[in-house]
Amino acid sequence: MENLNSYLIVSAVLFSIGTIGVLTRKNAIVIFMCIELMLNAVNLTFVALSRHLGNLDGQVFVFFIMTVAAAEAAVGLALIIAFYNNKESIDVDDVNLMKW
Amino acid sequence: METLFFLIISLVAIISAILVVTCKNPINSALALIMTFFCLATYYVMLDAPFMAAVQVMVYAGAIMVLMVFTIMLLNIRVDATKKHSHKLVVGSIIGFFTFLNIVIVLVRSRAALPTGPYSGEMIKKIGHTELVGREIFTSFLLPFEITSILLLVAIVGAVILAKKKI
Amino acid sequence: MFDNVWLIPLFPLIGFLINGLFGKKIKNEAVIGGIGTLMIFLSFLVSCGILMQMIGLPPEQRVFEKVVFPWIHSGHFKADMAFLLDPLSCIMIMVVTGVGTLIHLYSIGYMHGEEGFYRFFAYLNLFCMSMLLLVLGSNMLVMFIGWEGVGLCSYLLIGYYFHKKSAGDAAKKAFVMNRVGDFGFLIGLFTLYWWFGSNHNIWTVNFMEIKAASHLLPYGGVVTVATLCFFVGATGKSAQIPLFTWLPDAMEGPTPVSALIHAATMVTAGVYMIGRMSFVFVKSPETMMVIAVIGAATAIFAATIGTAQNDIKRVLAYSTVSQLGFMFLAMGVGAFSAGIFHLMTHAFFKACLFLGSGSVIHAMHHALHKIHSHDDAQDMRNMGGLRSAMPITFITFLVSTIAIAGIPGFSGFFSKDEILWQAFANPYHGNLNIVLWGTGAVAACFTAFYMFRLVFMTFFGESRINPKAKSYLHESPLVITIPLMVLGALAVVGGYIGMPKILGMLPNYFEHWLEPVFELATEYSHKYVSHAAHPSHALEWGLMGLSVAIALVGITIAFTMYVKNTALPGKFVATFPALHRAVYNKWYVDELYDYLFVNPCKALGQFLWKGFDVVIVDGVVNGVANVVMGFSGIFRYLQSGYIYNYAFSMVLGVVVMLGYFIFK
Repeated sequence: MENLNSYLIVSAVLFSIGTIGVLTRKNAIVIFMCIELMLNAVNLTFVALSRHLGNLDGQVFVFFIMTVAAAEAAVGLALIIAFYNNKESIDVDDVNLMKW
Repeated sequence: METLFFLIISLVAIISAILVVTCKNPINSALALIMTFFCLATYYVMLDAPFMAAVQVMVYAGAIMVLMVFTIMLLNIRVDATKKHSHKLVVGSIIGFFTFLNIVIVLVRSRAALPTGPYSGEMIKKIGHTELVGREIFTSFLLPFEITSILLLVAIVGAVILAKKKI
Repeated sequence: MFDNVWLIPLFPLIGFLINGLFGKKIKNEAVIGGIGTLMIFLSFLVSCGILMQMIGLPPEQRVFEKVVFPWIHSGHFKADMAFLLDPLSCIMIMVVTGVGTLIHLYSIGYMHGEEGFYRFFAYLNLFCMSMLLLVLGSNMLVMFIGWEGVGLCSYLLIGYYFHKKSAGDAAKKAFVMNRVGDFGFLIGLFTLYWWFGSNHNIWTVNFMEIKAASHLLPYGGVVTVATLCFFVGATGKSAQIPLFTWLPDAMEGPTPVSALIHAATMVTAGVYMIGRMSFVFVKSPETMMVIAVIGAATAIFAATIGTAQNDIKRVLAYSTVSQLGFMFLAMGVGAFSAGIFHLMTHAFFKACLFLGSGSVIHAMHHALHKIHSHDDAQDMRNMGGLRSAMPITFITFLVSTIAIAGIPGFSGFFSKDEILWQAFANPYHGNLNIVLWGTGAVAACFTAFYMFRLVFMTFFGESRINPKAKSYLHESPLVITIPLMVLGALAVVGGYIGMPKILGMLPNYFEHWLEPVFELATEYSHKYVSHAAHPSHALEWGLMGLSVAIALVGITIAFTMYVKNTALPGKFVATFPALHRAVYNKWYVDELYDYLFVNPCKALGQFLWKGFDVVIVDGVVNGVANVVMGFSGIFRYLQSGYIYNYAFSMVLGVVVMLGYFIFK
C-alpha cells in the first residue's frame, strides 16, 4: 500500500482542477462534469482514509455519494435540457434572468 | 514497482483531469473524464476496495457518463470556440491554486491518527471486501440506505417533470 | 331608575350611522330627513320621561350616575363611559333634544334639493350625539369627547358648502380657534387632576368625586390657574373675547346649523361647563371676576358691531355673541341659575330668530333665483316690507325679537333682567358691580336697537326687493313654519318657569330646580364674601323699570331711524364716518388678529418650510438617498446576475474561510 499522503495529494490536485473548471468554463455540461470530478476527488480521499484507519464507514459514505451523484446527474441533465429548450443554448452566460 | 505504477496512474489521472477542463469539445471532455474515473477505479483496487472500484466503473463510467454523452449528442452542441474567457481563467486558476494549497496544508498539518478500526488488509482479503461493505450497509447504515431509494425516486420524478415539455 | 339614559345619545348615533353609511344609497329626502328627525325625537321622548321621573323625586335625590361601560382603568387613573343625570344636565338634554328635533324638522324643508342632503342629516345627528355626550358626561373625559365632537361637527357643518372658499376658510377658522380653547380645557383638566392626585391622593376626573372633594381646594392659587384654563376653553367654544371671531364667520354654514349649533346648543357648552363645575370656579374670586368682566365686555362689544352689519345672519351672529356674554356675566357674578336660565330662553328665541331668518333667506333666494338675479339673498338692504308676504315668519320673528329685547311678559325679559339684577346686587365684586350692571344695561339697549333695526329693515318699510322678484315671494312651507311657531310660543312662555321672586306671581321654579346643583357653590362663596348685600325691593323694582325703559329707548331709536325717517342712518354715517367704518369693520379685530397671530404664524411656517423643511429635512432625506444610490452604484457590480459569478464568490468565500481557520 502506498503512503496515505500521496493519495491525498492526488485527490487535492483533482479537486483543484475541478474547481478551476467550474469557475472558468461556460458550457453547462462541462461545468457539470467538473463537479463530478470534484466529487470523485472527495471519494478518493474517503476511500484512502477509510483504508488507512481500517474503518469501512468511509467506503459506505462513498457508496452514498455515488447514489447522490447519480440522482444529481439525472436532475441536472434534465435541467440542462429544459434550459436548452428555452434558450437554444447551454451557455451559462445565457442564464441571465437574474441580471438587471 | 508499485510506486512506479502509482505514479503512472497519477500522471494519467491528472492529465486527463486537465483535459476535462481544457478541451473545447464537450465530447472530448467527457471521454477524458471517463479516463479519470478509470484511474480512480484503479486506485480503489490498490486500496483494497475492489467493490468500490466495480461500483465506480459501473455507476460513474457506465451510467452517469453514458447519460452525459447522450445529452451532449442529443443537444448537438457546437464547440464554443468563439467565446473568450481568459480573464476568468487567470482568476479561476489563482483560486484553484489556493484551494489546492488549503487542502494540502490541512492534510499535512492534520497528522492522520493510527488505525483504529478492525478492518486490516489481511482481514479484507480473508473475508472479502464486498461482504464486509454489505454487512456495514445492511446493519449500521440500513436506514440511510433505505432513504437513498426515496432520493432516487424523487430524482426520477424530478427529471421526468423537468425534461418533458408538457406534462 | 334612569337606566335608559344611555338611549339618549344612542338614537342620534344610530341616525348618524344610517344616514352616513347608507344615505347616499337611500336618496329619498323624506326618508333621510325622517330618520334623522325621528332619532332625535326619540331622544327627546326619553329625555321627557327622565325629566318627569326626576320631578317626582325629592330634590336631594336628583343625582344619578349611570356607568355604561368601563372605559379606561389604568393605575390610579379611572374613567368610565358614564352619564350623570342631575337637574342641570336634565335641562340641557331637554334643550338639546327639543330644539334639536324642531331644527331637524325645519331642515327637511330648508335643505330640500341641496346636494349632499344625507350628509347634512348625518352631521346633524352626529352633532346631537356629541352634544348629548357633552352635557351627560359624568367625568371630564366624556365631556371632552363631546366637547371635541361638537367642534368637529361644527367644522363639518360650517364647511358644508365646501366648494365655496369662504365656507372652507370659515370652517378652518372655527376649528383652529376652538382648538386653542380646547387646549386650555385640557390644561385645566390636567391641573385639577394633578393637584388632587398629588396633594390628596384623589386621582379622579369624575365630577361627583371632585364635588365631594372640593372642600379640599384652596381659595385662589392653583384653582385660579385651573379655572382660568377652563375658562379659556369656554371662551373658545362659546365665542367670547378674545376667541369670538369665528362665530360670525361660521354663518357660512346652512341656517339650521347656525340655529342649532351656533345659537342654541354648542356655543352654550362653555356656560354649561362653568355651571357644571361651579363649585370649583367659585373657589377662585379672581376667575369669577375675569369671567364677569369678559362676559360684560363681550356683551357690549359684539352688540356695537351688530348695529352696523347688513347681513341678516351676521347681525344674529353678533347678537349671539353678545347674549353669550350676558350668560358669562351671570356666571361671573355667581348667578349660575340665572345664566342657565338665560341659556335656555336664548336657545328658544335665538333658534327661532335664526330659523326665521332662514325662512326669509329661503324665500328671497327662491325669488331671486326665479328672475336670475345675483343680488345677495342675505343682505337686509335688498329686503324690506316682507311682512305681508310672509306673515307667519314675521309674527314669530317679531315675538322672538321682543323677547330678546327684554320687553316684560316675554321670556328674554325674565332671564336678562335677572342677570342684570344679579350683576348689580351680587356680593362678589364690590364696586365693580355698578360697571358690570352699566355695561350690561347699555348692551341691552344696543340689543334692542339692532334687533329692531333688523326687524324694521326686513319686514317693514318700503320694499327694496327687485320688483320682478316680488311676485315670487311667498310664505315657507309648513315643515318650516311649524318649528317657527313652536319656538315662537316657547319664546313667549318659556320665561314663566323662572319668574323673579319680586314679581311674585309664580314661584321661581327654575331656580329651585337648579338649587341642589349650585348649593355647594353658594356655600363656598359665603366664606369669602364678607357681607351678603341685601338691596331693597324698591331698588330692584327701580332697576327693572330702568332696564325696560332702556330697551324701549333702543326700540324707539331703531323705529325713528329705520321706519320714520329713513334718511337718518345715512346722515349719521356722514357725521361720524370713522366711527361707522370701525363698527362696520367689526372694530378691525380680525385684522388685528391677522397682524398679531396669523401673519407671524404664516411667516414662521414659511420660514420653516423654505428654511428648515426644504433645506434640512429634505436635504437629509435626499442626502441619505443619494448616499445609498452612490454605494449601490458601486456594489451593483457585485450582483452581475451571472450564475458563475455567484459560484465564484461562493468558492472564494470557502477558500478564504478555510484559509482563516488554517492560518489562524
